[in-house]
Amino acid sequence: MVRYFTRLRMRRIYKWGGRPYIFDRKLKSYGFEYLNMSVEGQEAVTTVTPGQYILIEGNDDEYPFVAKLLKFFGDESHKQKKALVQWFLRLSEVPQNKKLLLGRSPHPQEIFYYLGRACDNEINAESILGTVDVQHVPEDTPFPEPGTKDTLYVKLSWDTKAFNVLDPVLMQDTPASTPPKPALPLFPPCASPTATPVSRGPVRRALPTPDPTVMRRAGSVSDTRATMSAGKRSTLEAESIHSASKLSASKILSAKRRGSAADTPGVRKKLQLSIGASPGKKMTRADVLCELLDEEMESEKVISLKLSSSVSHSLQHGCSLSPMRSGCKTPNGQRRFPWKLSSISLDRLSPTALGEQDLSRATTPSRRKESAMAIRKPALGVLAEEDSEDSPMQPIALTPRSKRKSAQLVSLRIRKQLNLLDNTQELISDGDDDCFVPSKKDLQSSSDEEKTDSEEETRGRNCKTSVRTPCKTPSKKKDLQSSSDSEEETMVRKTRGRNGKASARTPCKTPSKKVTPSTPRHATPSIPSRTVPARQPGNILEEARARLHVSSVPESLPCREQEFQDIYNFVESKVMDGTGGCMYISGVPGTGKTATIHEVIRCLQHASDMDEIPTFRFIEINGMKMTDPHQAYVQILQKLTDQKVTADHAAALLEKRFSNPAPKKETTVLLVDELDLLWTRKQNVMYNLFDWPTRRHARLVVLTIANTMDLPERIMINRVASRLGLTRMSFQPYSFKQLQQIITSRLNKVKAFEEDALQLVSRKVAALSGDARRCLDICRRATEICEHSTSHPSSAGLVRMNHVMEALDEMFSSSYITAIRCASLQEQLFLRAVIAEFRRLGLEEATFQQVFVQHRALSRVEGLQPISVSEGLAVCQRLGACRLLLLEASRLDMLQRVRLNVSQDDVLYALKAVRD
Amino acid sequence: MSKRKVKETHMPVGECISQYGYIFQVQMILRERFCHQRLPEKPVGMESQHKHLLELLRRTAVHGESNSVLIVGPRGSGKTMLLNCVLRELLEVKDVNKNVLPVHLNGLLQTDDRIALKEITRQLNLENVVGDKVFGSFAENLAFLLEALKKGDRSSSRPVLFILDEFDLFAHHKNQTLLYNLLDVSQSAQAPVAVIGLTCRLDVLELLEKRVKSRFSHRQIHLLSSLSFIQYLDNVRSQLSLPQDFPDTNFYDEWNDGIKTLCEDQSVVDVLQRHYNSSKDFRSLHLLLMLALSRVSASKPAIKPTDLLEASRVCMVDSKANILHGLSILELCLIIAMKHLNDIYEGEPFNFQMVHNEFKKFLQRKSHSIHNFDKPVVIKAFEHLQQLELIKSMDSSTAKIQKEYQLMKLLLDHSQIMEALQKYPQCPTDVKQWAMSAFG
Repeated sequence: MVRYFTRLRMRRIYKWGGRPYIFDRKLKSYGFEYLNMSVEGQEAVTTVTPGQYILIEGNDDEYPFVAKLLKFFGDESHKQKKALVQWFLRLSEVPQNKKLLLGRSPHPQEIFYYLGRACDNEINAESILGTVDVQHVPEDTPFPEPGTKDTLYVKLSWDTKAFNVLDPVLMQDTPASTPPKPALPLFPPCASPTATPVSRGPVRRALPTPDPTVMRRAGSVSDTRATMSAGKRSTLEAESIHSASKLSASKILSAKRRGSAADTPGVRKKLQLSIGASPGKKMTRADVLCELLDEEMESEKVISLKLSSSVSHSLQHGCSLSPMRSGCKTPNGQRRFPWKLSSISLDRLSPTALGEQDLSRATTPSRRKESAMAIRKPALGVLAEEDSEDSPMQPIALTPRSKRKSAQLVSLRIRKQLNLLDNTQELISDGDDDCFVPSKKDLQSSSDEEKTDSEEETRGRNCKTSVRTPCKTPSKKKDLQSSSDSEEETMVRKTRGRNGKASARTPCKTPSKKVTPSTPRHATPSIPSRTVPARQPGNILEEARARLHVSSVPESLPCREQEFQDIYNFVESKVMDGTGGCMYISGVPGTGKTATIHEVIRCLQHASDMDEIPTFRFIEINGMKMTDPHQAYVQILQKLTDQKVTADHAAALLEKRFSNPAPKKETTVLLVDELDLLWTRKQNVMYNLFDWPTRRHARLVVLTIANTMDLPERIMINRVASRLGLTRMSFQPYSFKQLQQIITSRLNKVKAFEEDALQLVSRKVAALSGDARRCLDICRRATEICEHSTSHPSSAGLVRMNHVMEALDEMFSSSYITAIRCASLQEQLFLRAVIAEFRRLGLEEATFQQVFVQHRALSRVEGLQPISVSEGLAVCQRLGACRLLLLEASRLDMLQRVRLNVSQDDVLYALKAVRD
Repeated sequence: MSKRKVKETHMPVGECISQYGYIFQVQMILRERFCHQRLPEKPVGMESQHKHLLELLRRTAVHGESNSVLIVGPRGSGKTMLLNCVLRELLEVKDVNKNVLPVHLNGLLQTDDRIALKEITRQLNLENVVGDKVFGSFAENLAFLLEALKKGDRSSSRPVLFILDEFDLFAHHKNQTLLYNLLDVSQSAQAPVAVIGLTCRLDVLELLEKRVKSRFSHRQIHLLSSLSFIQYLDNVRSQLSLPQDFPDTNFYDEWNDGIKTLCEDQSVVDVLQRHYNSSKDFRSLHLLLMLALSRVSASKPAIKPTDLLEASRVCMVDSKANILHGLSILELCLIIAMKHLNDIYEGEPFNFQMVHNEFKKFLQRKSHSIHNFDKPVVIKAFEHLQQLELIKSMDSSTAKIQKEYQLMKLLLDHSQIMEALQKYPQCPTDVKQWAMSAFG
């Protein structure tokens, strides 16, 4: 039976139990025998001891992590409560693409023994939610009937690559067979922390590492302990059943939670039966219910108090979990429903559905207020959010009014055509339930089609509920409602899983969401594919050209070994330590900054595939590839979690994600290219990017790239520059030898260039910019020239000096002189007139009128018919359009000032050559 | 009307009709040519450029090689014509035909990246296009397009040809986001693209930001015509000649012979030389030939040298001198007064009061020749000149200063004034003398 306590509703109190023993003298950490958990305001105490299977609060409220508790420890002050655990995975936590490896349909309550090492096995003891039953099922035996409700089953282990048969030694505990053991076993200090299967994985550096002999010994100890503890857990369970009367409320709720979670009606029925059995049969259901509702009201009061105190805080809460759910973890297949959630909804529903308005009225001042709270829902935090998820459907599902249905139909039809009427439609159809409006609308905003089918589904279920409603007891009815809630929930999830995930989460913060039709979410961006496949390079020159294209990824990156090593070490150490950090990389364009980092990441990814380092995520954003600096948040969030939200919301979500601890978090490596474009006046984007890595739980490594070396000093304010830190690196422009090496390594034995030709290119480029892209482009052009110069493409030989010279000429020579030479006679004359006028004035600027006088005089000298002013202006404008001249705006007509854009010497040189 | 009557007298009716039809056809053919509605068979004088560009685009289309290139040349030098010729030729190749996606953008139309992105998305017919509209915000569109391009790869996705007309204007967009992204795609292993920029600015590379510039391949195709006058003449002849497939061989021969003799006429050569000296580009030539062509009719079924001379006169005429011919005597007098003021004060600006004083001095001396105008009338005339933009106010803020004292400058050259006076119908000799006298 699962019983864990609410997270925010009721504060759980954790107390060490048993005698502390010194665990590590140096670190002054103490081990503890067991942990007592209780819910504030209730006497019920749950004891958790090592060896038990526990549920750990995670990203997903209705879907907590499962682990086996290995050991408790804490520091002297007893403030820090830590625990070592062995993780178990649910199938939903296995990466989507690996799920198929299972090869069969998973049992809904199946979990997998986790053999990977990416996850930190040290958790905060205060994130423990409660205990759970886990049974090991031998490989060949089938799963027990699903009727044995709350037990989870282990059959296989998962080592991030494959599912393996679980070694039964690791899981020696069959609760039924082991007799209960009242005394808690004491373990020798030092043995337990690593005395587990976890010790297979790399021991985290931060922890004291025992030597191998100890570890081996510890392994055997743990086995025995496992059996013992398992037995003890069963006693515990028995105890808890006995204290049913005390725990009844929470139990009912948790049971209901389970009930609502179950997907099939069969399971639901069974769960309902279990509810009937569990509460010790001392109280009537109504009593239980009252108690329960009272609880709710109380906690809600607390919450509303909190709400009034801090809105900004609550804002964070509102978005707390969304990033993780889809980020670190794959969307859950099996849905559970946190009982607090159902209780809340239940509470809200009570007026209409249960006829217990008096009760709710007594505690909450007015319904309106309640609904208002639901709209703002700040301090309700996570669960309010959960609320909003299912709330959209509730009014419809619970009040089967035909009028409503028709209204819905109409609204549906209208919406199909026009999204714009959303708001009003909602107001009309929902009437008093206006608290649900924002979230519902939000749901609708997801997309047209999604909406229609979800609504159809709702309507379908609507009928279902109405059929079922004639249940006898209020509690049953309630069950039913919550179960339908869960259905709704799953449905909502389903739809969300298909589209962005995000939209349904935003609800209350953006009640006036824009209703303009946005891009259909399901649109897959792609360029149509070609009918005929691209031709492969045919001869040596084509081959060389393909290799020399900047886009072709070389096998290795020559000439950046030092930089590569530095970045690699930096990122690797951060990933290994699970810490965060920033690095700033500068260098002129085309010096291989981004390429080097990509290469580093490729190597690291390879290393993590080989299990040399923990897994990590790599995310890349580029300041140039966004329309506005704040879009950085949106892009990061989208790449992390696949959800699309507004910039502000994304910032809040990321803030939450990087500042809150989460047990199984992998390091994120974020590459920010073209950092200087993320500059804003307040610099808050940069500030956040550099501040997150410094957070304790962020595990974020930020690599930033920009062109200028002194960017931090020049554009960043102090608090941003300070956070960026001093880990800097500068990529020097390539020297000619390096450029030559780059080309040679790219060509990789394709003999297409003469050695001297290569040297010429690299020397020329190194002297000018040291830009590798330029170098490659020139080489590519040279191959083309070479190809064209020979008559038969097949006989095209090596690229020689003259080809390279031609290519260099084409790319580097200024075209001004040729342009002047090719200009018409009057244009040339005008340029001469300009120079003559400049000489006369002694200035580098003259009006058109002045130049034109000179022009006229010159044309008389040349024996040409003088041109009219209009023609002269036209000539002037033509020269201005080519930017041989710089002109003022043409509306100034004759008074516009004229300047040369080329040096006078160049003009004279070009003109002289023409005359000769 | 009278001409037609004359013609009808010495020409049988049937022949007249066929003649009329041929002339109509000639007009059609040549007008299409001159108005750039039909591409020439082969671009003239730019063979190497044509080959270069064709090869480049062919490689993109066939091999999926990403490229970027700029076509630079003065206005009217045939950049668009060259590109269109190449595209036409490219699309004639069978396996290219359905494999490329050309996207045409113009810096004058797509004035910022948001519009440009929408246009690209629309032309590529990506999936966020509904009907003719592109939905989604600017950021979404950019992300969508980049995602689309990123998903493609060299061998399997269709090459996209981005044709950016007035390329230099794209460089003025904020952060040059569009250019950066297009050029970045062209330099990375994504969907094959060719970015073709057309511009008349020689310094276009200096407009690019350094990282945008680094991503540009620095291929520039310069279209600088080094046409000699002989070639120019040849070109005129071929432009005016009828194509081989003209239905009537008699008329064809007649017309082409006429053109040949026309081009050998000395006066015509002079006119063309003058045009050639002024500008070598074909657009101004086409304008000239168009004017000449429009004088061809059934009664005059050939271009005569006089037609060309007349057309040239129309082309070369000074627009301001034309305006001066239409001025009243009073306005002309004011212009002359301004000219004198310019002489006296060496081009310093003047105001109405000064002009009026100058004018009054003239009237006192030669009161008999010109009617004495009231001041309001003179002000009106002055304002009219300002409206014609023959004079221009020097102050930016006109509101503060009284009209009479606003500083003005004359936008006419002395030569223009004198020329206009010579041709002015019935100009009083006193006024002429006043204009020619050195000082007031």
